[in-house]
Amino acid sequence: MLVDSPPEQRAETAPAPPTRRAVRALGLLIAVLVLVLVALASIAIGAKGLSLGQVWHGLFQDTGTYGDVVVDERLSRTVLGLLAGAALGLSGAVLQALTRNPLADPGLLGINAGASAAVVTAITFLGVTSPSGYVWFAFLGAAAVGALVWFLGGSRGATPVRLALAGTAISAALYGYLQAVMITDQAALGKMRFWTVGSLSSATDSTITQVLPFFVAGTLLALGLARPLNAVAMGDDTARALGADLNRTRALSMLAATVLCGAATAACGPIAFVGLMVPHAVRSFTGPDLRWILPYATILSPVLLLGADVVGRVVARPAELQVGIITALVGGPVFIFLVRRRRTAQL
Amino acid sequence: MLRAPGGLSLRLDVRAVTVVVLLLLAALAASVVLIGTGDFPIPAGDVVRTLLGDGNAGQEFIVNELRLPRVLVGLLVGASLGLGGALFQAVTRNPLGSPDVLGLGQGATAGALVMIVLFSGSAAQVTVGALVGGLATGLAIYLLAWKRGVHGYRLVLVGIGVSAIVTAVNGYLLTVSDIVDAARALVWMTGSLNGRDWEQVWPLLGVCAVLVPLVLAGGRGLRMMEMGDDVANALGVRVERVRALLMVAAVLLVATATAAAGPVGFVSLTAPQLARRLTRSPGPNLLPSLCMGAALLVTADWASQRAFGADQLPVGVVTGVLGGVYLLWLLVAERRAGRI
Repeated sequence: MLVDSPPEQRAETAPAPPTRRAVRALGLLIAVLVLVLVALASIAIGAKGLSLGQVWHGLFQDTGTYGDVVVDERLSRTVLGLLAGAALGLSGAVLQALTRNPLADPGLLGINAGASAAVVTAITFLGVTSPSGYVWFAFLGAAAVGALVWFLGGSRGATPVRLALAGTAISAALYGYLQAVMITDQAALGKMRFWTVGSLSSATDSTITQVLPFFVAGTLLALGLARPLNAVAMGDDTARALGADLNRTRALSMLAATVLCGAATAACGPIAFVGLMVPHAVRSFTGPDLRWILPYATILSPVLLLGADVVGRVVARPAELQVGIITALVGGPVFIFLVRRRRTAQL
Repeated sequence: MLRAPGGLSLRLDVRAVTVVVLLLLAALAASVVLIGTGDFPIPAGDVVRTLLGDGNAGQEFIVNELRLPRVLVGLLVGASLGLGGALFQAVTRNPLGSPDVLGLGQGATAGALVMIVLFSGSAAQVTVGALVGGLATGLAIYLLAWKRGVHGYRLVLVGIGVSAIVTAVNGYLLTVSDIVDAARALVWMTGSLNGRDWEQVWPLLGVCAVLVPLVLAGGRGLRMMEMGDDVANALGVRVERVRALLMVAAVLLVATATAAAGPVGFVSLTAPQLARRLTRSPGPNLLPSLCMGAALLVTADWASQRAFGADQLPVGVVTGVLGGVYLLWLLVAERRAGRI
């Protein structure tokens, strides 16, 4: 078609891609603005409402008034929400591309189960009691299970189905262990029942500094994978023909997804559905190009997570609903809607 | 193939029949050993003598009043879960389409947790709550997956979504409960046979007595449906009707079993798969799955009592860990055989 078309017609169609690119770039800018607004809302709204003036005062002219203290408290929570949200969204997007399965979720690879099992071990057998003490254990658990899934899934010959099955199997065995420990140790149950729903309320500056390097490294690695993952999306044979190094891309993608999701889970506990929903929603208006999906997911996932956190604080005032519960209550119906809309859903 | 003089013929799969008989024997043997296990051990010979009504008074009380109902609940729950799992896996044509994954167990748990946490309900109320929760979840999944018929994959995926929502509700209920209720809820959620008595046996027995013959009779249509809806339609099976009926039966079986013993994990997932490997028959393997479920659950309960001491860990822990290990083994074996 293009070869046959006369020169003037080609000249007419040529400007279209730059326009689309401009629209997408503009959309990204709007997304950033929305993110800033949600972040401000997350500082202003809560059991004690603050005006925007008070928020400004607390952020930039901190003099230790009551309002300023509240802002400080909510600031670390908001920062953690920003980081964890971006990490979950990115790891979800990378995993969906890697497994070529639009319904893949970081929980599918057993990362949540690994982190949970490590945290319960730390509480019961090693006497760790503070949430900032769990972080390393959760991260180690997530990383160990990530590596195990990679190995059992066939390492160099890993296929999407094998990875998913290995994740499910390891999750099952680990949840059995988790329940056995919680039944015999009531103190562990007392802590774990709050940890496993996923919450931002445990955020402290020390938690954030502990996981920050992993967030940064994982995000950079994931964003750099956009191009090779685009090739993987076309199927193994085509990707190989295009010169993509499939094994390296798969290994690096698993690494990025595990580091990101592991860090987020370590800091907040397992949070469902952010990693599933956001890349899905993003794909509907960016198309399949990961060079756009990944940045959009990075910016819009924290919007969802912080938004859910704000809702959780408002609906049950003065108590609060954990963010993990809100994301599942919103995400479940969205997931079902997506499944119903697709002509033939794939697993 | 058996042929009667009148032209009536009956297909008989010798291997399947052998498997069923062996599994039944295994389940009975495990039951006898389980009855003899506990703080007051009784030799197997005495157990059999007491069951036949020929034991001394002390043993009679322990066997008939304390341990027999527990073992019967185990057998019936295992059988219901095995059969329910086989039905679900056949209807969804997916080995992962078991009630565990679809969220029926989670739904029953939500019903039970509401009773435990919000109303501090008695054991009977918890059972009713679990039954209602399980049935409501089954209905919700079916209706949400309905779109000019129920497609296997859609059913599994909708089930996963519903399961996630209900899991969040359960997590919330656990966080608002006090620690004593939470501990009670956790034991229930794991699935346990501790302290089950004749009150739990009768409703289970009633449901099984009605549904098992019904389902086994409907198994022919299911075998046709394994070849795809179109082929089954052409062979004269009313696909949607058979599917709806069998789904209702499966949900009832699983919900009743869960109400009696809690959501014992992985029996419904593994029993049909193990049965299929033993019979080497591609069909739905309903009867072998049923026997396999019963044998598995009673054996797991015995293993948990032997390994951790009487009533220390509920049977659900053992089935969960065994199920996970089995899945891993399956993964490695299938990989070696080059099938996935």
